[in-house]
Amino acid sequence: MNTAIKIHQVSKRYRIGGLHPGYMTFREMLGGLVTAPFRKFKSLNGSQTLWALNDINLEIGQGELVGIIGHNGAGKSTLLKILSRVTKPTTGEVELFGRIGSLLEVGTGFHPDLTGRENIFLSGAILGMRRKEIERKFDEIVAFSELEKFIETSVKWYSSGMYVRLAFSVAAHLEPEILMMDEVLAVGDAAFQHKCLDKMNAIRQQGRTILFVSHDMAAITRLCRRVVLLENGVVTFDGEPREVVKRYLSSSLKTGAIKEWGSQQDAPGNDVARLRRVRVRTSDGTTTAVVDIRQPFGIEITYDVLAEGHALVPVLEFYNEEGTEIFSTHDTSSNWRRQPRPAGTYTSTVQIPGNLLAEGSLVGHVSIMSHFPATMLHAQERNAVAFQVVDSPAGDSARGDYIGPMPGIIRPLLQWTTE
Amino acid sequence: MDLETSKAASPKLPHTVVDRVVLPSESHLTESAVPVAERYALIKSEAAGVQLNLGELWHFRELLYFLTLRDTKVRYKQTLMGVAWVIIQPLLTVLIFTLVFNRFVRLEAGSLPYPLFALCGLLLWLFFANAVTNSTHSLISNANLITKVYFPRMFIPAASVGAGLVDLTVAFLLLVLWLLYYGVALSLQILLLPVFVLMMTLLALGVGLFSAAVTVKYRDLRHALPFIIQLWMFASPVIYPTSVVPQRWKWLVVINPVAGIIEGFRAAITGTRFDWLHISISLGITLVVLVSAIYVFRRLEDTFADVV
Repeated sequence: MNTAIKIHQVSKRYRIGGLHPGYMTFREMLGGLVTAPFRKFKSLNGSQTLWALNDINLEIGQGELVGIIGHNGAGKSTLLKILSRVTKPTTGEVELFGRIGSLLEVGTGFHPDLTGRENIFLSGAILGMRRKEIERKFDEIVAFSELEKFIETSVKWYSSGMYVRLAFSVAAHLEPEILMMDEVLAVGDAAFQHKCLDKMNAIRQQGRTILFVSHDMAAITRLCRRVVLLENGVVTFDGEPREVVKRYLSSSLKTGAIKEWGSQQDAPGNDVARLRRVRVRTSDGTTTAVVDIRQPFGIEITYDVLAEGHALVPVLEFYNEEGTEIFSTHDTSSNWRRQPRPAGTYTSTVQIPGNLLAEGSLVGHVSIMSHFPATMLHAQERNAVAFQVVDSPAGDSARGDYIGPMPGIIRPLLQWTTE
Repeated sequence: MDLETSKAASPKLPHTVVDRVVLPSESHLTESAVPVAERYALIKSEAAGVQLNLGELWHFRELLYFLTLRDTKVRYKQTLMGVAWVIIQPLLTVLIFTLVFNRFVRLEAGSLPYPLFALCGLLLWLFFANAVTNSTHSLISNANLITKVYFPRMFIPAASVGAGLVDLTVAFLLLVLWLLYYGVALSLQILLLPVFVLMMTLLALGVGLFSAAVTVKYRDLRHALPFIIQLWMFASPVIYPTSVVPQRWKWLVVINPVAGIIEGFRAAITGTRFDWLHISISLGITLVVLVSAIYVFRRLEDTFADVV
């Protein structure tokens, strides 16, 4: 495989604080002028600097679709800016083999006072297209945007939807060999998002290289076969989406697919019940942080009962990344729910069916309660486990062949009939 | 609902794209429109130092044209009188200066009638002043471009100068009319007129590039600029002839490239003798200013996106 992008020991330093650190009196300012040359050196070494990227090494092959994921401030945008040559790395080098196009923002270079036609040429030239190239593709760009009637109108009279359509048409006709896309694109309406993803798919099928930057774990795991995780300016993981999900969950939700307590003293609980272990498991019993949306999976809770005489009920609650509670469930099926339990170690497992949850990260809270002799909470662990539900592009999940974003907190696979 | 509509639309959309796109393996053979320069790029670190990279400027040359076109078109959009302002501006200025310096102060300007004399100077001067002012602001007002997409940043202030040049060309109409009105006999020297326009363009580009680059980081210059421009005008023989300058201030005229250029411009029209020494000095200073401005610009260019 030929190389498309080679990033070699790239670091980027920003100076924070800038020129005017707060208020200054005139006298301080005069003093500042005198010490300015010295202060510059001090701030360079001191805490006034921020390494947005630190020694990044990556090699991306031609035709790869690579997702770059990270929290806000992890260095994603800085990396994109360096690759699109907007800013230079402080140290290191990047080699690009092929024409690079970036969709970091739609409407780059648009001027509100110019007509649609004028803006196509201007924006095209700014994005690096030749005049002849734009002339050749002009009709196509207009047709793609469906704005034939308004092409001689100033874009300031356009609705925001029209504006985005025209802007995206120009960018979509850039035909880069390496395309960089930012999640910013996902801001548009559903139809537009669909266009973006369609375009991305088309480009991928032509064997072109795509860098997709996002903090949307769901989109990344669905679309990319290789994911790079950026944390605090450092590449902490580079590999399979499934693996990166684990790392991402543990850093963002501070928990993973399994939580175990070494000693009884540390475990949450009281003198009736204490948790021992909680984990997410597939049907064959392996622990997993990644759940196929189509497959059933289980949450397994292992706990010690220390005092007998209580009818214990394990309870699970699930929240998504936005903090919305998706559902809660407690043991209603086993005979133990009305029966006082002898002391010992128990394992309760709940089966969650496939084709029920929407894709995304979920976090589970675990509790052990009793209804007899009194309603009481014995043990509770918030954020006990986290896992990622991954939708499949195979076509047999609720999303079918659709590859765009789907709203909703559940995603049941339902039967449709059309007569 | 959304799902259905977008699915229905989808077959049409990607296909328009797919038809055209050439696979990377074949693209080297077929996509001759994309030059080799685009196929490989090495991004060096800030530490790598200043690179002039003239090839890249050439590669993006069409962008300069489009940016100039934009600056020209946008300037007079949503104005009642449109391009007429290009004429009105120097016309009114000439009238005011004629009234003050010719009628009140009784300043004489040698062989030329004063209004024509002042117009010659003001056309070039207004071009210079507007070009410098606009390029100084240009990088900041185009911050959205600078932080989003790569192209040679030099073209942004250069386009401001280019748009000024378009204005100057239109305003020349006024000069032609006045020359006819006053019945000025032109000599062959008029053929050298473009040389002085070119010199003024290079000087405006030099000063504009420099102040634009510095203004990105130190906004102070934006506020100081109107004074500097005004002072510069009064230090140049725009509305008075060099002959009225006292001997002990003559050195100022000599080192001021604007003076040499404007005097040469006038001489080309009136057919009087060129002061070649003065013109050569002005040309020399212009080139020094331009080259050092390009160097400074290239040096600061890398940081624009981070500080603008």
